[in-house]
Amino acid sequence: MQEDTLLQLNNISVVYSDVIQVLKGVSLAVTEKHIACLLGSNGAGKTTTLKAISGLLKTENGKVTDGDIVYEKALIQNSPPEAITRRGIIQVLEGRQPFKYLTIEENLRVGTATRWGKPYGKDLEMIYDYFPPLRKRRKTLAGYCSGGELQMLVMGRALMAHPKLLLLDEPSLGLAPLVVKEIFDIIERINREQGTTIVLVEQNANMALRIAHYGYIMENGRIVMEGEAADLKKNPDIKEFYLGMGAGGDAKSYRDVKSYKRRKRWL
Amino acid sequence: MDFFIQLLVNGLSIGFLYGLAAMGFVMIFKSSSVLNFAHGELMALGAFVFLVLIGWAELPVYLAFPLTLVFCFVLGFVVERLFLRPLIGEPLIYVIMLTVGLASMFKGAMLLIWGGNLYTFPDFLPEGLAIQWGSVNIPPVYAVSIVIGLIFLMLFGLFFKYSSQGIYMRSVADNQPAALSLGVHVRKVFALSWAIAALVAGMSGIVLGIINGINVHDLSSIGLKVFPVVILGGLDSIGGAVIGGIIIGLLETFTGGYLSTSLRDVVPYIVLVFILMVKPYGLFGLVEIERV
Repeated sequence: MQEDTLLQLNNISVVYSDVIQVLKGVSLAVTEKHIACLLGSNGAGKTTTLKAISGLLKTENGKVTDGDIVYEKALIQNSPPEAITRRGIIQVLEGRQPFKYLTIEENLRVGTATRWGKPYGKDLEMIYDYFPPLRKRRKTLAGYCSGGELQMLVMGRALMAHPKLLLLDEPSLGLAPLVVKEIFDIIERINREQGTTIVLVEQNANMALRIAHYGYIMENGRIVMEGEAADLKKNPDIKEFYLGMGAGGDAKSYRDVKSYKRRKRWL
Repeated sequence: MDFFIQLLVNGLSIGFLYGLAAMGFVMIFKSSSVLNFAHGELMALGAFVFLVLIGWAELPVYLAFPLTLVFCFVLGFVVERLFLRPLIGEPLIYVIMLTVGLASMFKGAMLLIWGGNLYTFPDFLPEGLAIQWGSVNIPPVYAVSIVIGLIFLMLFGLFFKYSSQGIYMRSVADNQPAALSLGVHVRKVFALSWAIAALVAGMSGIVLGIINGINVHDLSSIGLKVFPVVILGGLDSIGGAVIGGIIIGLLETFTGGYLSTSLRDVVPYIVLVFILMVKPYGLFGLVEIERV
């Protein structure tokens, strides 16, 4: 294990309800203060990997049955989420999940749960600086806010907890391209300015590889490829299957769509 | 006119008590979506503990009252820890059935200890609290129950609106997975809501015991009256619980006063039906926010 590795997954398997095996030996390492992205199609096990780290598997009757998760030199697999969040790992759930009947500001205050009783005024200001639209709507019920605002809200809420490791599950889901760009710019800024280590799960490989330092590709519960983000972007298979480009580098035409039958080289 | 004012005051104070009891009920429902069928038994238990402390141990009120509240608070914690915690994650209907079981357990234990007799508290409220206004005479206990109701309503309102702990409790009610992901200690929130619910139940049990006398069957059946109150107010609104309580309390006393005492238990339900036809979420219930 390298000195600056914050989180390491060693060959972990995850089983739901004692029978459904979703992860089949996933190993990955996340370097401190870097952004690692986890790409893959639906059902590849990306979200499960995040939940294994954050301890939220438990609520869905899932369990890490094999391998171990090392965070700051401590084993954390199968710990309850209350304990893991207090170590500084906060997951931002897929599909935003705001507290609909709480105002924006109250939503943000829930983020202080891991350090209850400490002052939080400065943090609120910081969040409003990162996400200016939230300041205007601080007294509005979250249920009445737009998708982009909600994505900002749930990320801000997580930042209120002063995470060392932020797990972002598909922040681009269902957002307009311009908003996606804005959100990713902010993610990059948070990483740069706060030194927060980030694990980013994405479908939007293009965006994710733009800001990430390192990337992993998942398929069927396994990591099938990994590398520096810059290298991944150049890889012809990634280009074809995830970035939607033909082998030649131009946008792929619908006529060639049959080539989905071609076996991916790594399988 | 005097008769009307007399009824109005009686109705208000009974209403505040119903509201207080309902508040505890709503608290549990809000944080964990559990309907607590043992609520009336918790009320009765509070009244009996107070009776033991003040009548038999002969403690002064200023000691007995807080001690009873502490006992109820702790009892709430214990009940949650022993019976409800193991069921977290199981289907809700199991948990609700468990509260039905708890209700008969508590009731049985109380019958075993105190029997089905009617007890009364020794007179401890100073006569000075009584309000005499023309021929309208308000006994001290009614004045006290209005004051207690108002104070606790305000305290809870402030607690849920502004305190961090209150906001965490609301966040669990709102979206449990998200609350978990932010490190809210969900089990602690459940325990706290049971404790607070038992506390307010015990308190309203004491005051109702002063008014009507203490009897296991009477007090626990008042627990059932919590249902029209909370459904009227909206199952998840604390303020609604109190206003629902006042409405039911007023309806009861006015029906009893002007129509017939045998109708007083029925009319609230009839009104309930009409209100629900117009406002299906109750008067102050949350209307589901849907994003289309």
